Amino acid sequence: MIINNHIKKKLVIKSKTENLSTIREFVSENANDAGLSKEEIDDIILAVDEACTNIIKHAYKSFPDGEIIIAIDYTKKKFTIKLIDHGTSFNPDLIPEPDLQKYYRQRRVGGLGLYLMKTLMDDVQYVSIPGKYNQVLLTKNLRNPE
Amino acid sequence: MAEFNTSVKDQGEISIVNLKGFLDAHTASILENTLSNQIEKNKYKIVVNFSNLTYISSAGLGVFMAFIEKVRENGGDIKLSSMSDKVFNIFDLLGFPLLYEIFNSEEEAVKKFTE
Repeated sequence: MIINNHIKKKLVIKSKTENLSTIREFVSENANDAGLSKEEIDDIILAVDEACTNIIKHAYKSFPDGEIIIAIDYTKKKFTIKLIDHGTSFNPDLIPEPDLQKYYRQRRVGGLGLYLMKTLMDDVQYVSIPGKYNQVLLTKNLRNPE
Repeated sequence: MAEFNTSVKDQGEISIVNLKGFLDAHTASILENTLSNQIEKNKYKIVVNFSNLTYISSAGLGVFMAFIEKVRENGGDIKLSSMSDKVFNIFDLLGFPLLYEIFNSEEEAVKKFTE
């Protein structure tokens, strides 16, 4: 679908980790169609994987029948991915920056995915309407306009 | 469906774990099982060869954090080798080179154990 030079694609998929590969392929194909560089595509794939992994594990607490809506919207200037779920909401501001030395002592990791998303993308925005939906908006600004 | 598998070969007291394919939140449990098996056999000197690993997400990196302390408490280590630039970049972004020795080749990692 093309509206005002925006190309839009959508995938609706169940909240199972086995679907992560399908999600990555969906993102990869569209990022490729958008003409992004290999590095940009790799960054976006990983950021979306991390976001969806968080949705599956935290929003849906590994309940496999939740729904994840993945909506891609791109122009020549930017590539955005909107992820919507109807699971438990969370406040990303309460997730601390990862501290590997602390993880080492506690033998657990957390917050790595969120940190990667923020590092790999130009913008990460969360909107949560508790009891209704959560939305993550990931944006990559494109650096090679012709 | 993402493909991921591991294979283990013994080189003296060192276990060399080869990773192949896509390591994500779905396939991380396969690597957990492989590393658990080594520890159950009291094999604490582990080299993980990444040369055939195409993709890793933070769930994959988390597996190494889960086992490293136990391995080191028993006089061993998990040394990492042969990463593509893409995979190394993720380890680097998350600060793993501070906690893990990462080598260009499996041979260098093995040699470090025997020094």
